Amino acid sequence: MERTAQKSLPLILAREFASNVATPLSILDEHGTLVFFNEPAERIIGRTHAELGDLAADEWRARFRAERADGTHVPDEELPTSVALMERRPAHETLHYTMLDGRRRTLSVTAIPLLERGEEVAGVVVVFWEADGA
Amino acid sequence: MKAGVWGCRGSLAAPGADTVVYGGNTSCVELQLADGPPVILDAGTGIRLLGLEVASRSGPIHLCLTHLHLDHLEGLGFFVPLWQPGRELHIWGPASPVESLEDRIARYLSPPLFPVELAEVPANVTFHDVHEGDFTLGSARVRAEPVSHRGPTVGYRFEEAGSVLVYIPDHEPFLGVDPEAAEADWVSGFALAEGADLLMHDSQYFEHEYPEHVGWGHSSVAHAVAFGRLAGVRRLVLFHHDPLHTDDQLRSLEARAQELWGDEGMAPELAREGTTLQIRSTSRVTTTG
Repeated sequence: MERTAQKSLPLILAREFASNVATPLSILDEHGTLVFFNEPAERIIGRTHAELGDLAADEWRARFRAERADGTHVPDEELPTSVALMERRPAHETLHYTMLDGRRRTLSVTAIPLLERGEEVAGVVVVFWEADGA
Repeated sequence: MKAGVWGCRGSLAAPGADTVVYGGNTSCVELQLADGPPVILDAGTGIRLLGLEVASRSGPIHLCLTHLHLDHLEGLGFFVPLWQPGRELHIWGPASPVESLEDRIARYLSPPLFPVELAEVPANVTFHDVHEGDFTLGSARVRAEPVSHRGPTVGYRFEEAGSVLVYIPDHEPFLGVDPEAAEADWVSGFALAEGADLLMHDSQYFEHEYPEHVGWGHSSVAHAVAFGRLAGVRRLVLFHHDPLHTDDQLRSLEARAQELWGDEGMAPELAREGTTLQIRSTSRVTTTG
């Protein structure tokens, strides 16, 4: 019998954690796909997760273009999420984004890798906060 | 494939006049495969009597631990084959990022918790830290996957000649989740249990008891039924009975499970110590004992 693919336990527990706190959080899976963001994050992103669905890494990077304070584009590999995923360490940076509601926002982004018991990366938890208080 | 129940009580052994129907020994199930060595699931106090029986058989023994909470481990020191010189014993259990399975078991099998150290055991013991993945025991393909419970914990799926038994005795699949709204691929243990002929699953609490125990790693009867339904299992056997629940209370729990399940398919039941469940490739499951 063909069995259903399932998210890993760290990812499942991370989503439940994110669903029950008021801190804006998003969850990426081991491929960098945006698989969840919570209601506080929806208010920043400008859309609900139900509206957007899962977004592959290339897709969300294109939709949420990140810039530094001087207006230069942040290469994909330098994004905190990429550092967490590829280098398996937490990363933090304050970046400027244009959100889906058209508003430009300054966000402090902290990406934390979720390492499974075998030390493989199961995904990334991303905490983001409006740095300009907007 | 047959599954003999030697202990199905949760948390603490509960001997006494009020627990004779469902039994007071903690988790231990003997899996008899069509071909291959004895496979034992968990080493609760039920393993003591099972050990007396398997001690006379020759060949290796495989012990699959779901996790190392005491009610799943406390019988190991009284498992006779452990004290048979040269007896080949394989112990499988969840990997931890911190310590090996052997080192964690040695914490229990050493003073001051136990008089003898693990290093003094005369059996030839091999420890297998189980990561997610498949392995083979005799005629069965085995899959272990981490499940939602406190501390490193796995559930096991045994497939043999088209029949499937899944054992998840300690599990809280709907922690912070409404089962009605749950998406299958986001539910702990779903892929492990999907389509099982027989699922042995945690059902420690009545629904009214669960709110006081959220996050303790166990299921209410409603959650156990919802999980069995979601996974499309053919037969649900409820396991890990609360040590404070008497036989009368457990009869009520069983009735509640059947009420929640409805009329479709085979009604859920509570595991009873001393019974044997036979799982056939035709997906028919019978109980004896």
